[in-house]
Amino acid sequence: MHDLQQVEQEYVRDGLPDFRAGDTVKVHVRVREGAKERIQIFQGVVIARRGSGTRETFTVRKVSGGIGVERIFPLHSPVIGQIEVVRRGKVRRAKLYYLRKLRGRAARIEERRDR
Amino acid sequence: MSADNSQTKGLLGRKIGMTQIYTEDGAAVPVTVLEIGPCRVVQRKTEASDGYEAVQIGLVESRPPRRVTEARRGHFKKAGVDPMRHLAEVRVDATDESQPGDEIEVSIFEVGSRVDVIGTGKGKGFQGVMRRHGFGGGRATHGSMFHRAPGSVGQSASPSRVFPGMRFPGRMGGKRVTTKKLVVVKVDAENRLLYLRGAVPGARSGLVMVRSSV
Repeated sequence: MHDLQQVEQEYVRDGLPDFRAGDTVKVHVRVREGAKERIQIFQGVVIARRGSGTRETFTVRKVSGGIGVERIFPLHSPVIGQIEVVRRGKVRRAKLYYLRKLRGRAARIEERRDR
Repeated sequence: MSADNSQTKGLLGRKIGMTQIYTEDGAAVPVTVLEIGPCRVVQRKTEASDGYEAVQIGLVESRPPRRVTEARRGHFKKAGVDPMRHLAEVRVDATDESQPGDEIEVSIFEVGSRVDVIGTGKGKGFQGVMRRHGFGGGRATHGSMFHRAPGSVGQSASPSRVFPGMRFPGRMGGKRVTTKKLVVVKVDAENRLLYLRGAVPGARSGLVMVRSSV
């Protein structure tokens, strides 16, 4: 019998950069305005990745004008044009929900240096 | 190959599971993936022979049944097919010309058409009256003392009994369920896969029958 993973394989996008929670990314989002289409960039810290296969999503958090903004993107959606990894962060957990309670210096993430 | 002289629009298969796929403009479509067939026609029932028009189909699996009763063995032999575990009937028009031994494949379904799926729903175990029959239940707080109980089941000395069919707690699920008018999102004939929008009864790897909606 077929396996769901095999079935999803066809729809899983390749060429996506390797990134994880704590990394700062620029997400190029295709926005539709009437007939026109343009690219919007959302830059922030990845605070979570969840799911597998075509259903995988990631959450990006940024602070805009003193207000925290989080967006959840479906990783394999065609709406996502490109994902650029701006900075790699050194964190000790997979879900950084604790960042929501922190602001300013406390919310900083140390840069990861790969050995 | 799919017999061209057949309009049989029903097939057996198994549920693989649910996932989501995206349309070009980025909308996520929830889909259930089914592995369908191949199925073979085992018997053609006609008005003359059986009093109604139908085609009996069987699901061809990689693993043959271990034991087949003599009666069934004869039935399959007559059709000239190998024994199968699962059989089902699909009603057809009198003009249908499918013959025993014909193979039917997923390709009979078209993208965008609608199908009904019949399967055995997941068993929910012994459930109370709120979940099983949708009773409202009572107030949770303020000393109500009536929470999830069924309430009154009838009157007193007359009739002195509970009427048949009164809804009570008990076993829920695990029964035949039909989901109607699901849209066919994709047909993958090569891998014998059928993608339907929405949910389908039963657990993964459960047997399902798919037929075109009326």
